[in-house]
Amino acid sequence: MAKKVLMKGNEAIAEAAISAGCLHFFGYPITPQTEISEYMAKRMPKVGGLCLQAESEVAAINMLMGAVSTGARAMTSSSSPGIALKSEGISYIAGCDLPCLIVNVQRGGPGLGGIQPSQADYYQATRGVGHGDLRLIVLAPSSVQEMASLTAEAFDLADQYRMPAMLLADGALGQMMEPVDFSAFEKRELPEKTWVTNGMKNHGGKKNIVNSLYIDPNVLENSVRERFERYALLEENEVKYEEYLTDDADIVIVAYGITARIAKSAIIELRKNGIKAGLLRPITLWPFPKKILGKLADKAKAFVSVEMSMGQMVDDVRLAVNGKKPVYFYGRTGGIIPSVEEVAAEITKISEAL
Amino acid sequence: MKTVFDRPEALSDVPLHYCPGCTHGIVHRLVAETIDELGVLDSTVGIAPVGCSVFAYNYFNCDMIEAAHGRAPAVATGVKRTHPDAVVFTYQGDGDLAAIGTAETVHAATRGENITVIFINNCIYGMTGGQMAPTTLPGQVTTTSPYGRARKIQGSPIRVCEMLSTLDGVALAARVSVDSPKNVMNAKKMIKKAFQNQLDGKGFSIVEVLSTCPTNWGLSPKDALQWLRDNMMPYYPLGTYKDTEAVKDGE
Repeated sequence: MAKKVLMKGNEAIAEAAISAGCLHFFGYPITPQTEISEYMAKRMPKVGGLCLQAESEVAAINMLMGAVSTGARAMTSSSSPGIALKSEGISYIAGCDLPCLIVNVQRGGPGLGGIQPSQADYYQATRGVGHGDLRLIVLAPSSVQEMASLTAEAFDLADQYRMPAMLLADGALGQMMEPVDFSAFEKRELPEKTWVTNGMKNHGGKKNIVNSLYIDPNVLENSVRERFERYALLEENEVKYEEYLTDDADIVIVAYGITARIAKSAIIELRKNGIKAGLLRPITLWPFPKKILGKLADKAKAFVSVEMSMGQMVDDVRLAVNGKKPVYFYGRTGGIIPSVEEVAAEITKISEAL
Repeated sequence: MKTVFDRPEALSDVPLHYCPGCTHGIVHRLVAETIDELGVLDSTVGIAPVGCSVFAYNYFNCDMIEAAHGRAPAVATGVKRTHPDAVVFTYQGDGDLAAIGTAETVHAATRGENITVIFINNCIYGMTGGQMAPTTLPGQVTTTSPYGRARKIQGSPIRVCEMLSTLDGVALAARVSVDSPKNVMNAKKMIKKAFQNQLDGKGFSIVEVLSTCPTNWGLSPKDALQWLRDNMMPYYPLGTYKDTEAVKDGE
């Protein structure tokens, strides 16, 4: 029988990771994700695992690189400024085709910013995390249950496609408590890790090299192209999203994470007033659900991207809608969570102008 | 016929890219001989970050990881903590270990990570073409200290073994040189000890090798060795700065 446990979002990530077989965690304290480290510090020794506090985010991501080079399931977690510090290592991990999980429990920025919830790292996660031609799988949970289930899924996706995955949460999801069921995770058939560097005797006696350096540009281009073929498979097969009342919607709100829940409540209010609004909630931010948005653009009258930023995901919505319908934006930033009322008021205004 | 000289099994049969007279080749051989003698080739994981030894993954016949500039001790930590039975070594230059990677070096050392660190100190950034290193000597001319390293402007060089010897996690901190057959033999002895320490679970072992860079020093290989003796050795005295075993023996 499925047993539900009441847990904080951050703790749910940690517990889900352990139950997904992640026995190595490398972290560095930063608000609002520190509970992940604290939970790991308590639990890992009891399950024969390791929680190691690094001297910096930079060291933590490189410890992670070493750990996953040996084929171990491992992860790190941080919050916005900490992810910026990890960017170098993330690029190396991507360039070495190593699977791992990086959690970002977003806070307000730029700079030291604040410690309240934010979604201002959308560009960072989907565009700018590390130098070079690279992508991360980016999963955006919107409940404590999804903090857990998408953590497990992120590990599998990373292993299947041999690339880093990021769980992009926010301070609200990290701190709030909801019931979680840890028994419901799907498990994938995963390829054998033949590329590991854990000593030749552990993988058939042949030397393996984990490396992102290709001094010959032709070889480098080929390695990048091969990686992008895997990215194309992901875009084809792994797009995840949730639709809510989009069938007859005139206005489709696009929102992810905690903002999507606010949008849902706003949609219920709007429908009471006769405004046919619906929600498209991207669960994978990369690959972005552009096909479904393109389809919705054939029947809806307008789109509104609602974010806790000054407008970042809205660029992807515009690209997906591709000029077929107007795309609007509403957002709060700096750690302010938009209220149901203000989102509903904004949509009402847009609806009146249509 | 009796074989009197051969390539160690741990060293690949490929030409090294190092400049003529550079002592990287000697140090590579000493590490490879050690791996052979300890019989650990198939459980060894080497980590070479950015620097002249960036292609070391082509030269050592064991599993190899190419790490970001300065991050080898952190990567080594991740490998060793997931595979405590693996023999893990890093091979780092002075810019890598003592400038951009100082934090990773110091903290791997103070945690007592059970790894072996081979540290090449040649007082210069070789790969990028002769810029000032954290170990560049006072007065030494480099492309980024064209008027000589001045204490008031660029500060003083860092003595890594002396600094690390203050940390509890360090089992061995020794500075050696490969400028003469006698010193090569001693370097081999210390490198072997640094690997043996790891097999014995003693903790962080670092061997700093004073090394030449004839190309960027603008000297012939022979003159470079003399420059090392005349200039580096006085500032970086050879010796064992910490050896937990020796302390125990002395008790």
